[in-house]
Amino acid sequence: MRFVDEYRDAGQARQLAARIRDLCEPGRHYTFMEVCGGHTHTIYKHGLEDHLPETVSLVHGPGCPVCVIPMGRIDDAIAIAHEPGVIMTSFGDMMRVPGGRGSFLDAKAAGADIRMVYSPLDALKIARQNPDRTVVFMAIGFETTAPSTAMTVLRAEAEGIGNFAVFCNHVTILPAIKAILDSPDMRLDGFIGPGHVSTVIGCRPYSFIAGDYGKPLVCAGFEPLDVLQSVHMLLRQLAEGRAEVENQYTRVVPWDGNPRALSAISRVMELRPHFEWRGLGFIANSALRMGESYAAYDAERRFPVPGVRVADPKACQCGEVLKGVLKPWECKVFGTACTPETPIGTCMVSSEGACAAYYNFGRFTRRREVAPSPGLRSGGSAATRATREGDGFERPSSLTK
Amino acid sequence: MCLGIPGEIVELIPGQPELAKVEVAGVRRAINVGLVSQDGIRPGDWVLVHVGFAMSKIDEQEAAATLALLRGLGQAYTDELEALAESDIT
Ligand code: SF4
Repeated sequence: MRFVDEYRDAGQARQLAARIRDLCEPGRHYTFMEVCGGHTHTIYKHGLEDHLPETVSLVHGPGCPVCVIPMGRIDDAIAIAHEPGVIMTSFGDMMRVPGGRGSFLDAKAAGADIRMVYSPLDALKIARQNPDRTVVFMAIGFETTAPSTAMTVLRAEAEGIGNFAVFCNHVTILPAIKAILDSPDMRLDGFIGPGHVSTVIGCRPYSFIAGDYGKPLVCAGFEPLDVLQSVHMLLRQLAEGRAEVENQYTRVVPWDGNPRALSAISRVMELRPHFEWRGLGFIANSALRMGESYAAYDAERRFPVPGVRVADPKACQCGEVLKGVLKPWECKVFGTACTPETPIGTCMVSSEGACAAYYNFGRFTRRREVAPSPGLRSGGSAATRATREGDGFERPSSLTK
Repeated sequence: MCLGIPGEIVELIPGQPELAKVEVAGVRRAINVGLVSQDGIRPGDWVLVHVGFAMSKIDEQEAAATLALLRGLGQAYTDELEALAESDIT
């Protein structure tokens, strides 16, 4: 795989690391947020922090759609699933996410008809095949998946399928970034922008981050070298006194996004005045619902929805993790009471969640991470895995030449 | 679900301009190409597939790199591929 080596070459990584070091002002600390869970994954898997100077920290952001769904919405979805005649459909990632009164899996065991689908189009097909039932699709995700839901509704309309509805939980990334920028406990120097969201929305909408907040943002790819290069681009902006939106991931992200995807969203959906995000609370204009003209496809209008707000479990610190205030291993239950098999919080459920990523690939080679939290000391498996892992770049055979 | 999986367009489906068959890691499945069709989709093209929809066209090199990255995810990628294999949207 010659192609892959170009993105992972260990020599190039070392060169980039040296250039990154040169750009760091002595005595200055830099904190960058990787907004997207996909980046969190790359960073932990390849131990990228080990390639950065001690003074550069990467913190993760809210960009894991499963992680940000509040417990109350799961309860609402389960209530809909228990309505007579309903078939609830959902992505596999959602099945184990705990609500206030159990998960989809628990509801299924209690008799609700809940089915896993890969695509909203699969849900539509189930509707086509079961004309006497109502098929509800639990829609989650950022702008990456919202166009798919919108296109599916348009298709249902075109085919005249009436027994299909969407329980819409789509969220939009920009208000969440703004909420983090406005939050007093967060001091960030810049953002590693989400790659796949940007294929849809493009780079332009981030300009307020540079313009109003004076912070640079670089849209980044998911290869280890992409992330390192993006850190380099951020540091170069800071060194030159610039704050701009730059695109490192030009091979996939067009500057203007995907206009067709955006118009599908705006045809079918509208902004909600406010929506609750796990850990971040209510954020204005941060989510989508079915628009007026598609009310017939809106599960929230077709079924009674309890809409009860459920507080996160006391032990759960997902909110802090989603805001980048805490690292996963600093949560008291990380790796002990909370594991991918028995998740307490959402960040441990989705593979894009920071806690799951860290649990699976965690490493503790950095000096600043040497003092492990109490959770880690008692939490056998994560710590054992961590020490077993090799050192970042040199591990998979494709990385060495 | 956020993972974009690279797929190679192997067949356009006559009479269904929004659909195309892609091959992903040996699995052939129909996907919706309505969001990238303005770029002109032909067999041999590579696209990033999100939950059954092609969201962007990519080149072969990017596809190879992304596939390698996804394989490195282990279980998460296997789950996603299995879900894709069971998907049948036609
Ligand atoms: S360890 Fe569990 S409870 Fe703690 S932040 Fe992570 S997912 Fe949430």
